[in-house]
Amino acid sequence: MSNNGSHITEYKVLARVLLVLMFFTFLTISVTSYNLASFTVTIALLIAGFKGFMVLTYFMHLKYESLLLRLLVSMIFLLFAAIVLITFIDYSYR
Amino acid sequence: MMNNEIEYISYLKHKGKFKGLFSWIFATDHKRIALLYLYAIVTFFFVGAILGLMMRLELIAPGETIMKPQTYNGIFTVHGVIMIFMVVIPGLSAVFGNFFLPILIGAKDVAFPKLNLFSWWIFIFGSILAVASQFLKHGPPDTGWTFYAPYSTATGTNVIMATTAAFVLGFSSILTGLNFIVTVHRMKASGMKFFNMPLFPWSIYATAWIQLLATPIIGITLLMLIAERMFGIGFFNPDLGGDPLLFQHLFWIYSHPAVYIMILPAMGVITEIIPTFCQRKVYGYKAIAFSSIAIAAVGFLVWGHHMYTSGMSEEARWFFSLLTFIVAVPSAIKVFNWISTMYKGSIDVKPPFLYALAFIFLFMIGGLTGLLLGSVATNIQVHDTSFIVAHFHYIIFGGMGFAFFAAIHYWLPKMYGRMYNFKRANIAWGIIFVGFNLLYFPQFIIGIQGMPRRYFDYLPQFQTGHVISTIGGFILITGLILMVYNLILGVRKGAIAPANPWNGSTLEWQIPSPPSLENFDEAPVVKKNPYDYI
Repeated sequence: MSNNGSHITEYKVLARVLLVLMFFTFLTISVTSYNLASFTVTIALLIAGFKGFMVLTYFMHLKYESLLLRLLVSMIFLLFAAIVLITFIDYSYR
Repeated sequence: MMNNEIEYISYLKHKGKFKGLFSWIFATDHKRIALLYLYAIVTFFFVGAILGLMMRLELIAPGETIMKPQTYNGIFTVHGVIMIFMVVIPGLSAVFGNFFLPILIGAKDVAFPKLNLFSWWIFIFGSILAVASQFLKHGPPDTGWTFYAPYSTATGTNVIMATTAAFVLGFSSILTGLNFIVTVHRMKASGMKFFNMPLFPWSIYATAWIQLLATPIIGITLLMLIAERMFGIGFFNPDLGGDPLLFQHLFWIYSHPAVYIMILPAMGVITEIIPTFCQRKVYGYKAIAFSSIAIAAVGFLVWGHHMYTSGMSEEARWFFSLLTFIVAVPSAIKVFNWISTMYKGSIDVKPPFLYALAFIFLFMIGGLTGLLLGSVATNIQVHDTSFIVAHFHYIIFGGMGFAFFAAIHYWLPKMYGRMYNFKRANIAWGIIFVGFNLLYFPQFIIGIQGMPRRYFDYLPQFQTGHVISTIGGFILITGLILMVYNLILGVRKGAIAPANPWNGSTLEWQIPSPPSLENFDEAPVVKKNPYDYI
């Protein structure tokens, strides 16, 4: 649905996204009962990254924004991944 | 572009909703907010400079000279906190970014004027907290501006208040960055695209991304430190199961990009000044624009070179060393382009150009010694010596500081509609340049010889270097006082400045000095390259 260039997301879609986010919140907590050793942080970050992606895409309407803005946000995710990866070059080899 | 028949009222004389002081501290006009930042930052700069001079006096001779060791620890911490968080990080971006970003892109204000004013209030609130932390009962924090754990989790001084101040100041930085990003995306004049936008807005844009993305990391880190101190949660203290290196990683993930928050706008200023005073088109426009983005991006990934001796893994050390050498490339591109712009130019050596030249010279010394420090072997040799102190003062003061002085001499006629005395400005420049080099260059030498940084006392063999350095400090402050006196005299009693005193080609020189409230009487239409010289 579009109104003067701005997009209005249906409540149904927002409710579904909310359910997905709640499921992943539950998953974040339940996964801590397993010993995943060095993958603990990786899994936690992947779940958090996916939740962030959903919030940006639907709640913050990034899905309906210009390609430039979507690219800029993607670059931020990439930068964040690079920072985490480089930090773990220290932790993994220390 | 200007319609001279319309009655023109400058932003300085515009009557808004409030009068007197309130017309300033509640102003939403980007130019008035810029001046609010200017006055606050210059005041904090002189407070920091006086603390620096006190340190120099203490170090003029071995042993106790004018203060006790604990006072010295407090003073170098306060000097660092004030200079980094309250002067150099907001400096160019908040003052000249605020004033000139909208004008240079043909906008009447920033995207969110009220948020802009709010950012200034947050800045003042954070600054009051930072200064107060020095005087309240547990005494000034003695950790250095880096607040390294685990010492910062244990010392009895006012660490919580100082870190809260840095946390609050961070919000000001984030909101200003957000405001500038939206302004550049949404408010460029008709006809202005990214690749005919002047290069100062490019640098402010790249800086704004760093402010927005990196500052939350230091905010969270400082909150973790506060949580550890208050509730005993073991993030950093090994006794509680924490990792002190985690603090250093998180701290430098912000604080290294913060160096680029300081230096990128400085490079933008220099890129505006050189073509104007050489009357030459910028050499390699796109290379300079992309190098700003490259510095912002790669600058995020090199923080580990502050941690070579911390116990970090060998693999991480060589990786950070490699990345550090890579980040030097876009900085060097800018220097080559500035020099190439000057080539065959019609050079007019006015005070802003002198400061720009000094910037290139000092930044080169800071940058090249930075390459020495990027190499793991030499870094370990000179780590925590006064070589480091000299290096970062050449980058931060020689870079950002001199660019700030260049900017104020370049844009003051536009900001206030008055001229300053050139002869006095040139003399002040000479004194500052000599004082600066006398103050910091000896610290390279005694640093290589083994003089530790942050030490209250030292062996007699280092005294000659310290004496020269202290003399340089006093020469420098003399030059600074003369410079500020000359500028204030210019603002109050100087000759009326024409709209375009330097024959500049960017948009700010096409409007009256000082500008009107909304900058342009008619929305400008941009049809040409910003540096329309030969």
